Amino acid sequence: MTGPGAQLLQQVINGLAVGAVYALIALGYTMVYGIIELINFAHGEIYMMGAYAGIIILSALLALGAPLGWALIMAFLASMLLTGLYGVATERLAYRPLRGASRLAPLISALGMSIFFQQYVLLSQGARDKIFPVELSSGGFAAAGVKVSYIQAAILLVATILMAGLTAFVQRTRMGRAMRASAQDPCMASLSGVPVNSVIAMTFFIGSALAAVAGFMIAMYYGKVNYLVGYIAGLKAFVAAVLGGIGNIPGAMVGGLVLGVVESLAAGYIGGEYKDVVAFGILIAVLIARPEGLMGTRLPEKV
Amino acid sequence: MQVHPFILLPSYFILGLLKAHSLLSNRSEGTKTMSMMGRLAAFAKDNRFAAPASALFFGLLALPFMGLARASILALAVLIFRLAAIFGRVPQGLRLPHGLGRAKTFFANLPPAATSSAPLLLVALLAGMAFILDPYTLDVATTACIYALLALGLNIVVGMAGLLVLGFAAFYGVGAYAYAILNTHYGLGFWTCLPIGGGLAALFGLLLGLPTLRLRGDYLAIVTLGFGEITRITLNNWDSLTNGPNGILGVAPPSLFGFSFDHPRHYFLLALALVSISVFVLNRLDKSRIGRAWVAMREDETAAEAMGVPTLRLKLLAFSLAAFWGGVAGVFFAGKQLFVSPESFNFLESVMVLCMVVLGGMGSVPGAVLGAVLLSFLPEVLRGVEEYRLLAFGLAMVLMMRYRPSGIWPEAHRVLESREAPRG
Amino acid sequence: MAEALVLKGLTMRFQGLHALEDFDLAVHEGEIVSLIGPNGAGKTTVFNCVTGHYPPTGGEVVFMGRRLNGLPPHRITKLGLVRTFQNIRLFGSMSVLENVMVGRHCRSRAGAFSAMFALPSAALEERAIREKARALLAFVGLQDRERARAMDMPYGGQRRLEIARALAAEPRLLCLDEPAAGMNPSETGGLMELISKVRGLGVTVFLIEHHMRLVMGISDRVAVLDHGVKIAEGPPAQIQHNAKVIEAYLGQEAASAED
Repeated sequence: MTGPGAQLLQQVINGLAVGAVYALIALGYTMVYGIIELINFAHGEIYMMGAYAGIIILSALLALGAPLGWALIMAFLASMLLTGLYGVATERLAYRPLRGASRLAPLISALGMSIFFQQYVLLSQGARDKIFPVELSSGGFAAAGVKVSYIQAAILLVATILMAGLTAFVQRTRMGRAMRASAQDPCMASLSGVPVNSVIAMTFFIGSALAAVAGFMIAMYYGKVNYLVGYIAGLKAFVAAVLGGIGNIPGAMVGGLVLGVVESLAAGYIGGEYKDVVAFGILIAVLIARPEGLMGTRLPEKV
Repeated sequence: MQVHPFILLPSYFILGLLKAHSLLSNRSEGTKTMSMMGRLAAFAKDNRFAAPASALFFGLLALPFMGLARASILALAVLIFRLAAIFGRVPQGLRLPHGLGRAKTFFANLPPAATSSAPLLLVALLAGMAFILDPYTLDVATTACIYALLALGLNIVVGMAGLLVLGFAAFYGVGAYAYAILNTHYGLGFWTCLPIGGGLAALFGLLLGLPTLRLRGDYLAIVTLGFGEITRITLNNWDSLTNGPNGILGVAPPSLFGFSFDHPRHYFLLALALVSISVFVLNRLDKSRIGRAWVAMREDETAAEAMGVPTLRLKLLAFSLAAFWGGVAGVFFAGKQLFVSPESFNFLESVMVLCMVVLGGMGSVPGAVLGAVLLSFLPEVLRGVEEYRLLAFGLAMVLMMRYRPSGIWPEAHRVLESREAPRG
Repeated sequence: MAEALVLKGLTMRFQGLHALEDFDLAVHEGEIVSLIGPNGAGKTTVFNCVTGHYPPTGGEVVFMGRRLNGLPPHRITKLGLVRTFQNIRLFGSMSVLENVMVGRHCRSRAGAFSAMFALPSAALEERAIREKARALLAFVGLQDRERARAMDMPYGGQRRLEIARALAAEPRLLCLDEPAAGMNPSETGGLMELISKVRGLGVTVFLIEHHMRLVMGISDRVAVLDHGVKIAEGPPAQIQHNAKVIEAYLGQEAASAED
């Protein structure tokens, strides 16, 4: 049975799976913005590199004869680590030297890093799609005309676990507290003995590692990636972050899911080619009507 | 396996950055830290380990992407560079190339009569070149002029007013499509369309600016980026008006008093005239009350507003003027190519123009032209390694911000610089 | 004397924090009125509400008989109410002269078009702006530094430059936010003279200051804020002996001694 109700539900589920991926990327934007007030344009590229790293490492492990399950887990973790380090290196080389410079300088530097990474992957890996090395089961759970594929379920599960883990990390641990302190007031935090530089590096590491997870899972979901995917996904995730209120961690999660669902519904009912227009329309509408986001609070700018 | 030198080049640049940074960073920073991260940072700072550690670090980062052989060579290059940097000196900032620096002093010391007539002489000289150079070079020079128009426009909003606009190609596209559509559908001529295209783009700028200019600078960057994408997607899909991805063919070339433009020389002369007028006009604007208010706004928006500068209105003005120049460049582009398609107005085009402005010197009118000319002729010089062009552009933007944020030809008096010395 | 500025029941709350509560004050034309109080008492908040940087949560700001609530800062400046900032906010990379010239923006009118096409009116106006700016630099004693970059100026010079820039907008009321902060005694003495000279131009001065010798030396009247509430108002001699004022300051010192 596929009535209109089931079709709607199916679109919502597809949207949630993609939205969970947006949310994971959006977390990186939001965490970095929360601490150093920089829109890290290179973050979309970090996500793309995470997907590439995952596929390359997985292929290598499979070629070495590792069993599929282990290879998947190892590739997953290795791509998180590697991509996280890329994030740390980016901060260290392109952003940290510009602290205290004019506001435009880090933004332009970030844009430069983004182009650099895109070209770096293009030149080292070629322009053709990178294919996920294993054909994963296309089966899933189905009921009442609505189908949830195993991969969609895995995406939702992993994203939920990671978000819960991140929330616990930020709320409960020493490093998490240091992060929140630095986000409130980096100068004061540094005076109270918080090593702000390490906290910023850690923020980039976590954000980039989460983006790598997103990349790896999207590669599983679609079976391939391309060096250009970072640009548009990065933009979408940014929209998600703004939607939830930039700098706000739960906001980024909600924003990602909302954006995924809205986009999926728009693609289903309006037409696929205008999907991106819908996302940007949301961005502009949110920025104009409620710039603090759905879950943010408005503060007057300090004079 | 053969390693292309252009893979190594970027790594040298990155390492230069790294080394210069670690020289500057404060060594006495508290190492009594709580986590692995702190200890790792301390470890990386220790000079005995720094060189091999960073070599290993970059080698590992590059390994999955570049393969074992290239990654090893990269690591080796890192090692050599860092060891060399311990013994040698690493430049802390990029100075002007000798020739250019000397040329600037030369011009600065000329008597006023000579400096005021120098630009005219230069234009006359370039116009004379049009009769000597071969058609191919003239064609490249014309493209350089189009980019100069775009860079001059973007410089108004990014350089002078300090608003990062990332979707500038949209205005370029509006101008180009305005001419293509008005010409093929309604038979309007080039000269009529030049102000119409500019004006239409300015109107677009105004419409985009009105709701978004209250936003903080970094939001604005993203919104303009999104706007650029929306424009391109619309051009791609609005088949009845734009003929979709196939573009519009058969645009008429410009003509003047019955004389039709059909040689690269004609186009070059026209483009040169447009650029010359723009430089003249924008130079005036830069030194006027309006230009001053823009720079004040860029430096400190709150203070500018408190001093009686209507910041919102001035932002709109910057936006629409910049868009106007983008539109004019677009009309000219359509008149030269005789064909337009959405792909000419994508994000990379916006980035390229931004790169020209940054390289030339944000806020500097001659800088914008210089940046456009340099980056337009660069691919011609670097034949055979063109695919590394964008890589180099990205890197150049990062390096310029780090070492010479004011560009090759910084704006007079006001230099875009860090407010305080960079900290570690 | 006519009232230049009247604040009626001015109130500012930030998410439940009462920064300013029901504040009344009148500043008469030609007066120097000072606003003092311990750190965090809400003095700068008064300025921010008056000059349009914060929309007040309640109350009214009336300047020369005109209600200012809801006007953007640049309009308020154009009406003749100009401020300086506690943390100096100059246009760092512009020259000293250009900084003052920006202050003339609201008193000049050449638009983009006339500037681009070098119309004679624009050129004339530009020359007038430059002359006026030079005169103001001479007025504050910075005539020799006009080509220096603002951010390269010494601290005291930056304070004076900010005053010159504000004067360029032809204020009828000048709000100075802690102009003596960070100055040495001789600089403070010079500043006192400068403020008196400014009053001599017929400009009313509304001053926030911590430096008591300066406040008591030049003010006609002093208002005291503590925790967002006005606790006293009167001539300097009277304020110096007001029990509430002494308590507010000593209480604060006692509290900070415990820290």
